[in-house]
Amino acid sequence: MNILVLIKQVPDTEAKIVVSGGKVQEAGIKWIISPYDEIALEEAIRIKEKTGGTVTAISVGDDLVQQSIRTAYAMGADHGIHIKHDQYQMLDAFAIASAIAKAIEGRDFQVVLAGRQGSDSDNGQVPLILGTLKGWGVVSFAKKVEIDSQKATVHVEAEGGEAIYESTLPVIITANAGLNEPRYPSLKGIMASKKKPIEVINFADLGLGTVSRIEILGFEPPPPRPQGRFIDGADPAAKAKELARALREEIKVI
Amino acid sequence: MAKILAIGEVANGIPKKATREITSVGRSLGEVHTLVLGTQAEAAASEVARHGAEVIYAVESSDYNGEAWSQMAAQIVREGGYEIVLIPHSWAGRDVSARLATLLDSAVISDAVEIHNEGGRIKIKKPVYSGKAFVWLKSTAAIQVVTVRPNSQKIEENPGAGKLEKRQLDLSKVKARQISFIPQKSTRVSLTEADIVVSAGRGIKGPENLYLIENLADVLGAGMGATRAVVDAGWCDHTLQVGQTGVTVSPTLYIAVGISGAIQHLAGMGSSKYIVAINKDPDAPIFKVATYGVVDDLFQVVPPLTEEFKQMLGK
Repeated sequence: MNILVLIKQVPDTEAKIVVSGGKVQEAGIKWIISPYDEIALEEAIRIKEKTGGTVTAISVGDDLVQQSIRTAYAMGADHGIHIKHDQYQMLDAFAIASAIAKAIEGRDFQVVLAGRQGSDSDNGQVPLILGTLKGWGVVSFAKKVEIDSQKATVHVEAEGGEAIYESTLPVIITANAGLNEPRYPSLKGIMASKKKPIEVINFADLGLGTVSRIEILGFEPPPPRPQGRFIDGADPAAKAKELARALREEIKVI
Repeated sequence: MAKILAIGEVANGIPKKATREITSVGRSLGEVHTLVLGTQAEAAASEVARHGAEVIYAVESSDYNGEAWSQMAAQIVREGGYEIVLIPHSWAGRDVSARLATLLDSAVISDAVEIHNEGGRIKIKKPVYSGKAFVWLKSTAAIQVVTVRPNSQKIEENPGAGKLEKRQLDLSKVKARQISFIPQKSTRVSLTEADIVVSAGRGIKGPENLYLIENLADVLGAGMGATRAVVDAGWCDHTLQVGQTGVTVSPTLYIAVGISGAIQHLAGMGSSKYIVAINKDPDAPIFKVATYGVVDDLFQVVPPLTEEFKQMLGK
């Protein structure tokens, strides 16, 4: 079973995001593999450990993303593909999916795993676009994955319950939280990851031209929240009473 | 006038709230037609028409199928010459929108909390980093596909003709399909649709005390959430996690109980209209975003608060 994992490098979820001049300031940010992609990577490695085959991690970005590909190696990925684009921030999901579709042409993958969304843009579109371009089945929000030689059975966190989907192969599956607990890379893995070659493909060489259809007009910080107030009261019960009154009479939400 | 297709869901003949929302948005942007998919879809037509739909395409579908739904929608968009497609940024909406946009040679500007029409081009504001920042986006594609965050838009009463057109899904060629469904045991309203959300933080001390939060949520008819710390400790299911690697919510009222306010949690609920924080630590960061703060022991505050609400609501 050859598995492809789409990984995106994003700011650490504990990072404070500073916006100025319409841009997100990247100085001092610690970069990580997007948490859902890390879960996808872990799942791919577990499938490989069970059925054999290879795990390839692919990422689009500037040279910095090689750091995440090395983390993927340290966790257990066999190959890494870096689609290099120095202004990758301007690429939309369609451009990224098109680049991946082109880069994997002629390569044999039965399963593609990715996170349900990047923890930066919160879009979650790339796997769906890739699947639609390729005509492959896509199952989103997986909480349990079983693969045999013919099909994938995927338990999905759906609205109102758990749905079970069956798909032909090749299949694209997006990982939800709770699918697994990603491993920490071993020291041996980290050492070995440093020497492993990374296949670099220049975005410009894929012959896609300008494929982005979304224009980023600018970032802004969240609006400041209106000043609140503390609820006074002689004891907890009095505070509870005053809070209930305020919710009903002042903001009329109860 | 712009031709707009809104795509929404129906369950047992009742349109989802988000279906009403996007139809209302569509009506404010031009002539809106609504495609409804789900169970007893036809029965929802008159309800959807109340919000401005001139035409309603009803498609009976017992369970969600992204491939079949997107193919059906693409066919309707092409035949009808729609220029703008509006879809709720819901569980199904986010899945179907990216597929549909690809079939239409377009792209999705997603999760809009603000929508502006600038001479036929839609400009949206969307939260990124789960709400730690916002970005303004514009689509340059011929057909503009937009997903809209549930609960972010007003529902307007503005009746349209509601001419009914029935369509049938074709499931014969799909690669992936649902084979079974296990409904959730809880009957509580879903987190993303809830008007009021009550969430528990580590201050709750253990799973044995979660009933306090459940009781409060149930009296208010609220959704129930939790912080990552509570989920990581195994005290409740991860589907309840509010925050950057969980669910993002923007209810009218968010009640944070025993929550300190870690940055990734604030990201997931910071766009709530009103926030109540109950925490015994007056320096907890959650108070910086709170409309009303109660500095006290939650175990002493939550039971009388639940009682107050019970009396107010006659329960």
